[in-house]
Amino acid sequence: MSAVDAETNGNFRTTEQVDAVVIRFCGDSGDGMQLVGTQFTNVSAVFGNDVSTLPDFPAEIRAPAGTLGGVSGYQLCFSSSDIYTPGDEVDTLVAMNPAALKTNLADLKRGGTLIVNADAFGKSDLSKAGYESNPLDDEDALAGYRVHKIDMTRLTRDAVADLGLSLKEADRCKNFFALGLVYWLYDRDPSTTQEWVKTKFAKRPELVKANLAALKAGSDIGYSTQAFTVHYKVPPAKLPPGKYRKITGNEAVAFGLVTAAHVSGKELFYAGYPITPASDILHELSKLKNFGVRTAQVEDEIAAITATVGASFGGAFAVTASSGPGIALKSEGIGLGVITELPMVIVNVQRGGPSTGLPTKTEQADLLMSMFGRNGECPMPIVSCSTPGDAFDAAREAMRLAVEFMTPVFLLSDGYVANGAEPWKVPNISDLKPIDFKHTREPNGKDGQYLPYLRNDRLVRPWAVPGTPGLEHRVGGLEKWDVTGNVSYDADNHQHMIETRAKKVAGIADHIPEQPLEGPESGELLVVSWGGTYGSIRTAVQRAQRAGHSVSLAHIRYLSPFPRNLGDLLKRFDKVLVPELNCGQLRLLLRAKYLVDAQGLNKMKGKPFLVSEVYDAILQHLGKA
Amino acid sequence: MSTSIDLPVLTPKDFASDQEVRWCPRCGDYSILAQVKKVLPTLGIPKENFVFVSGIGCSSRFPYYMNTYGMHSIHGRAPAIATGLKVVRPDLQVWVITGDGDALSIGGNHFMHMIRRNVNLKVILFNNQIYGLTKGQYSPTSPQGKRTKSTPYGSVDAPLTPVSVALGARASFVARSVDVDIQHLCMVLERAAHHKGTAVVEVYQDCNVFNSGAFEFASKKGEKEENCIYLEHGKPLIFGKERDKGVRLNSQNQPEIVELGKGISEDDLLFHDEKADDPTLAFLLSQMRYPDSPEPMGVFRAIDRPTYDDEVNDQVREVSEKLGPASLEEMFNSGDTWTVA
Ligand SMILES: Cc1ncc(C[n+]2csc(CCOP(=O)(O)OP(=O)(O)O)c2C)c(N)n1
Ligand code: SF4
Ligand SMILES: [Mg+2]
Repeated sequence: MSAVDAETNGNFRTTEQVDAVVIRFCGDSGDGMQLVGTQFTNVSAVFGNDVSTLPDFPAEIRAPAGTLGGVSGYQLCFSSSDIYTPGDEVDTLVAMNPAALKTNLADLKRGGTLIVNADAFGKSDLSKAGYESNPLDDEDALAGYRVHKIDMTRLTRDAVADLGLSLKEADRCKNFFALGLVYWLYDRDPSTTQEWVKTKFAKRPELVKANLAALKAGSDIGYSTQAFTVHYKVPPAKLPPGKYRKITGNEAVAFGLVTAAHVSGKELFYAGYPITPASDILHELSKLKNFGVRTAQVEDEIAAITATVGASFGGAFAVTASSGPGIALKSEGIGLGVITELPMVIVNVQRGGPSTGLPTKTEQADLLMSMFGRNGECPMPIVSCSTPGDAFDAAREAMRLAVEFMTPVFLLSDGYVANGAEPWKVPNISDLKPIDFKHTREPNGKDGQYLPYLRNDRLVRPWAVPGTPGLEHRVGGLEKWDVTGNVSYDADNHQHMIETRAKKVAGIADHIPEQPLEGPESGELLVVSWGGTYGSIRTAVQRAQRAGHSVSLAHIRYLSPFPRNLGDLLKRFDKVLVPELNCGQLRLLLRAKYLVDAQGLNKMKGKPFLVSEVYDAILQHLGKA
Repeated sequence: MSTSIDLPVLTPKDFASDQEVRWCPRCGDYSILAQVKKVLPTLGIPKENFVFVSGIGCSSRFPYYMNTYGMHSIHGRAPAIATGLKVVRPDLQVWVITGDGDALSIGGNHFMHMIRRNVNLKVILFNNQIYGLTKGQYSPTSPQGKRTKSTPYGSVDAPLTPVSVALGARASFVARSVDVDIQHLCMVLERAAHHKGTAVVEVYQDCNVFNSGAFEFASKKGEKEENCIYLEHGKPLIFGKERDKGVRLNSQNQPEIVELGKGISEDDLLFHDEKADDPTLAFLLSQMRYPDSPEPMGVFRAIDRPTYDDEVNDQVREVSEKLGPASLEEMFNSGDTWTVA
């Protein structure tokens, strides 16, 4: 936090202008922390800051109240310049109970602001969090921070006292009290939140009043308490001009898929089975029925992928989404999509694995499953999402490749991209190009026959749909004679078909952009990454570049096939570093394909990279650490 | 499904594909294929609007032999594939071809959910009480004690009754027939084809290689009349070569076989009501299984119930009318927006 400009405000208070601030709200899962985090994000985005968020919640809807396992947090960074991550260190930590303090204090930076609900530090609260004595009394432990112990529960009850709420209802407003205080501290305009409260609780006017009163009471405390001597301003960011909105990765995937279909004159079919963190894609799409989107919440992920295959056979732009465990169930059905050469997108919002793993945490450990996790030789294109906003473009690309090349395509997202939010520039409708495709209406064989596996120069077969007279044909999971599509157990044909399917997918490399480089065209170290780690890796690489180090970044969107120039790029650097949230899956692919001695930085903690972790690794690989 | 006047007149031959049929000689599948080819031309539906979707098994090779659109898919999943297809293409008549293992073992989940949703699909369940394609293991419909390759000492599994399963899943149409009872099978298939909603037709199918003769009780002339009760809507349940026996409900509301005459008249018998809202009687009938009792054949239930594909598409239409035409602009700008100058 750099104090650019300080002015006195009244007799005891100064206003500091700062470039970027990281706030984390944390409390019990029942404390409404996700809600206030989202509100702060909205207010900051609408104000014009760049924002990046990291919601972090337990897998249990309500773990026992007050325990360490039940702590839910929402971190966000808002800034007056471009940012790509929610921040390594927290400037202001709001802790609603002892468990939240215990699990989050280590991330608060020295000199940072700590705001706690002092009312929640009773004896039993302390023991649930495993504290033997009250940490708020431990002056040594809190010495390095600006600590504000505020009786939030009592003050909130006072604020809503006349509204006839039960005690429980009154206490549920204390998240808005905390939010009001932080709004005051960072000079935020609360009107977006006030409007939200009015719409959200429209049916319960007393709750509208209560939450607004709590919000105001929080803000008043900031104003009237002598302890808050500084009050901060974060001016709007200088983003490229245009209209913006806040978007999460899951929203962007849904928008991208609907857009791809709509501009191509098609309606989208989506089948899915609820699973964290992919469910919001289903939720978003099921709202968009006026685009002709047909969503089916089916009985399991096997039904989801196979219904997708059926819809694609019928001529729809078809999609299914899930996360690791569900994707595992889909394997056989995806293979059917590959052998029938029908277009569809399979979205995998990756989470910690194996098995049920860490349902609400992020990881990148399904890359090899996407490449190889099916029986037989079963090649598929893979596209990945780098940021929440980028998921919009990635989803459209996945659909384009599926339809143009008649193949199932994986779209890889992850928990961090899916739930994270950032400002997104609303696209220009005229920039959104339709996908080039047609449904064959005429026979393509010599004597009026339809040959479903007669390929074009890209090895792509035609897409004739039921209802077209004269083109009746059968597809299926048994090996096909090329051209006729009849069942064939012929040895040479099988080899030919395997090679043809592989060639078709490999050929996509000629129809995707070359791999861009961020930084010099050659040098000492090339950092290669993919997916949701983009923000922290990019920030770390830029920091190293500013420090004068010879390092460039290749962040890969197209993981199968790789961009055609990737091998060449790798050769131009002395060393290659591949940071991933897995044991080294991209690294394995790069080593296998390009015989390059790539080194890894591997983190499997269910959390994104900190910028500092990547930065340190860069220095270490440059021999500068 | 609309019938257009200038539709070419189709014959069974038009529905034969150029692929050689590869079932074992005398397999019951041949007869079922022949009856389907007979029924389709009577429906007034253009050939290109039929789709046959199957799973895996001997029976599931069926689509290759039909000159219609088709998909031979993966084991057990045909109902889900057909559901996706039917939702996006309600204009098509979609048939699901499945076996006893395909529908009730690996695909049991999809089978149940297709039925409860009442997707407008015609389903032929080829029940040979055996796994044919994998060469003769017992299936979920094999009788307890059945000796097969995988149960050399007899199976200990309790079997399912497909008709009961379908009724339990709220089937709007369930019927049973036998492969070689040509007229009866044609009648049942035709009824299924005209039904709106999931129409489940269980066909007893002889696998003469691994389970030969399993359904002779229901196919042999002279025996079947004694062993089967041919259901007719609104008619009393009478059976027997001499039509001298019937079924009535006893004081515990259980079906009981009685002889007609001797003080019992037709009016005392159970009358079949395939349109009954309450599936209880249909379920009781489905539980009458040979050899414990004569077995009902024909249509157990045929009721009207909204179909899933209609409901999905109606909702899309209603919401579209309410929200007005789709606009990407509007979608992108939903929620709070701000402008950077
Ligand atoms: C996932 C999967 N598991 C197992 C098989 C092997 N398999 C093929 S058909 C079949 C059973 C078929 O029995 P049924 O559905 O009764 O059909 P039938 O051959 O008797 O007509 C099995 C187990 C398979 N093809 N796929
Ligand atoms: S194994 Fe049985 S079911 Fe399969 S084709 Fe032969 S006779 Fe028919
Ligand atoms: Mg069978």
